[in-house]
Amino acid sequence: MSAVPAAPARSGGMPAWLRRPNALWLAVPGLIFLAVFFAYPVGELLSLGLRNPQGGAFSLAAFQRIASTDVYLRVLGITFKIAGNTALWSLLLGYPLAYWLARMPDLFRGRMLLFVMVPFWTSYLVKTFAWMIVLGRSGVINNLLMGSGVSDQPLELLHNEFGVMVGMVHAMVPLAVMTMLPVMINIDGRLVQAAQTLGASPSHAFWLVYFKLSLPGVAAAGLLVFISSLGFFIVPAFLGGRRETMLAQLIITQVQELLNWSFAGALAAMMLATALIACWIYDRLFGISTISGGEAQEGKGRIRDLGLAILALLARASGLVADTSRKLIGKAGNRVLLPVFAWLMIAFLVLPTLLVIPLGFTSSQFLEFPPPGYSLQWFETYFSSPLWIQATIRSFLVATATAFAATCIGGFAALALAHSRTRWGGLIFAFFLAPMIVPRIVIAVGLFYLFAKLGLVATDLGLVIGHTVLAIPFALVTVSAILKTYDVRLDQAAATLGANRVRTLTSVTIPLVKGGLIAAFLFAFITSFDELTIAIFVSGGIKTTLPKQMWDDMILQLNPTLAAVSVVVFVIVTVLLLLAERFRRVS
Amino acid sequence: MTGMRGESPPKLVVEGLCKRYGATTALEPTQLSVAEGEFLTLLGPSGSGKTTLLQLICGLVEMSEGRVVIDGRDQSDTPVHQRDIGLVFQHYALFPHLTVEENIAFPLKMRGRPSAEVKQRVADALGMVHLGHLSGRFPRELSGGQQQRVALARCFVYQPSVILMDEPLGALDKKLREHMQIEIKRLHRESGATIIYVTHDQEEALAMSDRICLMNHARIEQLGTPRDIYERPRTAFAADFIGISNILRGAFVESQGRRMLKTAHGVFHLPADAPAPGAEGAALVVRPECLHLGNGSDNSLSGRVSEVVYAGSETRVIVTLGEGQAITLRLPAGVPAPTLGETASFGWDSDRAVLVP
Ligand SMILES: Nc1ncnc2c1ncn2[C@@H]1O[C@H](COP(=O)(O)OP(=O)(O)OP(=O)(O)O)[C@@H](O)[C@H]1O
Ligand SMILES: [Mg+2]
Repeated sequence: MSAVPAAPARSGGMPAWLRRPNALWLAVPGLIFLAVFFAYPVGELLSLGLRNPQGGAFSLAAFQRIASTDVYLRVLGITFKIAGNTALWSLLLGYPLAYWLARMPDLFRGRMLLFVMVPFWTSYLVKTFAWMIVLGRSGVINNLLMGSGVSDQPLELLHNEFGVMVGMVHAMVPLAVMTMLPVMINIDGRLVQAAQTLGASPSHAFWLVYFKLSLPGVAAAGLLVFISSLGFFIVPAFLGGRRETMLAQLIITQVQELLNWSFAGALAAMMLATALIACWIYDRLFGISTISGGEAQEGKGRIRDLGLAILALLARASGLVADTSRKLIGKAGNRVLLPVFAWLMIAFLVLPTLLVIPLGFTSSQFLEFPPPGYSLQWFETYFSSPLWIQATIRSFLVATATAFAATCIGGFAALALAHSRTRWGGLIFAFFLAPMIVPRIVIAVGLFYLFAKLGLVATDLGLVIGHTVLAIPFALVTVSAILKTYDVRLDQAAATLGANRVRTLTSVTIPLVKGGLIAAFLFAFITSFDELTIAIFVSGGIKTTLPKQMWDDMILQLNPTLAAVSVVVFVIVTVLLLLAERFRRVS
Repeated sequence: MTGMRGESPPKLVVEGLCKRYGATTALEPTQLSVAEGEFLTLLGPSGSGKTTLLQLICGLVEMSEGRVVIDGRDQSDTPVHQRDIGLVFQHYALFPHLTVEENIAFPLKMRGRPSAEVKQRVADALGMVHLGHLSGRFPRELSGGQQQRVALARCFVYQPSVILMDEPLGALDKKLREHMQIEIKRLHRESGATIIYVTHDQEEALAMSDRICLMNHARIEQLGTPRDIYERPRTAFAADFIGISNILRGAFVESQGRRMLKTAHGVFHLPADAPAPGAEGAALVVRPECLHLGNGSDNSLSGRVSEVVYAGSETRVIVTLGEGQAITLRLPAGVPAPTLGETASFGWDSDRAVLVP
């Protein structure tokens, strides 16, 4: 490889390592990027927790401080409890919905899935804002209850555990459903039929066969929801009270107000350790590769027997329940239970956000529902405010740059992984997905620390880098999915017909996967466009992004302008999402 | 075979069974009666409703109309898991999360059998399909033929009195398929079960069945013993679908005081048992082995030899007639074959042909 002069470059038009390359080279830019802007800062942050804030010598002071008062341990406990409960409820509510979707004909499912995709991609800020309006003291629910005379004083639905749980579960059910769904779709429908012809009642067939086979998906969903919930701060900040303070909020306070780096590092280390332990347990039980669609390993011995016995018990119990309900509401009634539940879930996912739309057009100075009249004044306020408009423009520019970077890096990585058969493939894939698993707040604080040294704080470049780290996994997954269905023989055909590698790429591969690339671009764009965590740290002063501006406003005071902005954000994200889905499908 | 069993009441009766999906009819109203211990094959082209008929019988698909009666009891409203029916799926449908042993034990456990009995019967079933040494494996660790045997064992282990098999050998290669055909016949003999078997493969159907139920366009085209269907096809479709047939279409004419069939290639005698005249046109079906070279038969034809295929025990000769129609002859080993390109005359005895509408 060393002694290749210019001659071959003329014939092939490219360097030698590309002409007869191990395709894995294509992943190298991405690996370097993530090593510098993801692995290094996260590692550095963790080591900060072990250093003395003044000199930098090894010290456990930060951890001693955590252990010395029970404040931090209590917050850790609360974070655990909320994340665990969120995972539990998301699975309980999401499973029937995913099951309902999985059993639909493909075409219909694609359409119904939008009711899950749109809430999934809707900005957390918009969703949280919506719940504040729905659950507030003079919110929609209290209005309804008092208006109809069910209750004569407003219920306390906000700033307590209930509020946090509603917001968290609402935010996480889509993730749970979208993680479980592919596993469920892959379950061969004839297995359940086979079980029934072999004498299993419908409930036995479900629990012993279908449910058992869907368990890896359930566990993966539980894991992802749990880990994502660990790093939440938007929902508890607005929907919770003092007693629902979560770890991420503490980290933000430590960094932004107290500038105590080592302590923030120690807290982040705790969060990351929790996430890693959860991953480790999952790997022990199911094998980590099932998250990316690999085959589940089947346990051996007593635990497995116990598991099957429990499923048999569940089957018997649910058989009794089904029999009773069949007696109560009849066979036909039983049959509509699932669709009714699924539609109620869809209403729960979609309606709160839709309620924000009329509020954006209110004529009132207050966020009352229903609006007393309609006007465009709040959109005028938004469009005439230089602060909002500059933030919007910045968000657009940053998102565009991010989308380019993430699509290139993720696309090449996907190509590399699709064409290489090394045993490193799985590991590299996992590394590229890691930014999705590591809590965002940990990445954000780590990047802030790195950027402070590089002078990138409060720059657009810093934002783009940070957002690209977060967007790469989405781009990679989208492009990989397209390449998986791509017929490699087309490339081989092109090669036998005389196209070199670059020509093959530009005139065969890329045109064929174009839809997937555009989808990846749009997903990366959306990821950046409504990203808040990194923006909180990296976009300082007047250089704010749209989500950061919303966050600042929401902390100060809820106002109808926020509703108007929410409408704008919701519409933009939804339109881009629908476009992305379209392109993904066409491909 | 069915004649012998004619006196005992049928095991399975299907009356007016019918399935519609919106505007498409997957199965026209169908009557079928299967005797105890019979091996009945459903044979037919893709989309002719074979799978639909099986699924209706075992209750996996809800019928639009009709009745399914087993042992004289109407099963139409019995849920799938309570029917005494076994079904072997085309791609086996083994439970991937259960071992071979657990897969086979599944139907027994569902019936709440005591564990000692389960153990014993699973071991017996494994022995029956020669898989005792693989009991602890998971299905994905087995070859296709082994998976197939597990599927068979899982079905036979609980001794259902009616067993339905939907193209159970469809995914196996030819050699293995022939081997498994013998195994299935043995299991059938040993268990005495009534089997309804679906296949695409006419040779398989001819070799294995007591009776063949030939299906086409969501209907039963012809029902009879393999010999019946091969030697006396009632329609051109049946003649064409099973075995190789030479079909000569024509119109009836009166000649020398006898009814004859006038075709593009000549006027031919009708077989003695040809049905009374109804329509004006019909077709003569002549099997390749009924054709002889030379002019010794009472119907004769000639054409150019366009292909000679040597196949070991026989030689197949294809003769192209004037109009371009190709006729296949089957010469037993030892009979000298004509050379390519020469003009050959051949013929058949009238009674070896079959007249179909
Ligand atoms: N769920 C369904 N919805 C609509 N039409 C169906 C459905 N299932 C089967 N059909 C139609 O019913 C007809 C019969 O199908 P069936 O599966 O019984 O055919 P088959 O004889 O088993 O074919 P093959 O040999 O290909 O398995 C086909 O035309 C098919 O398209
Ligand atoms: Mg079929």
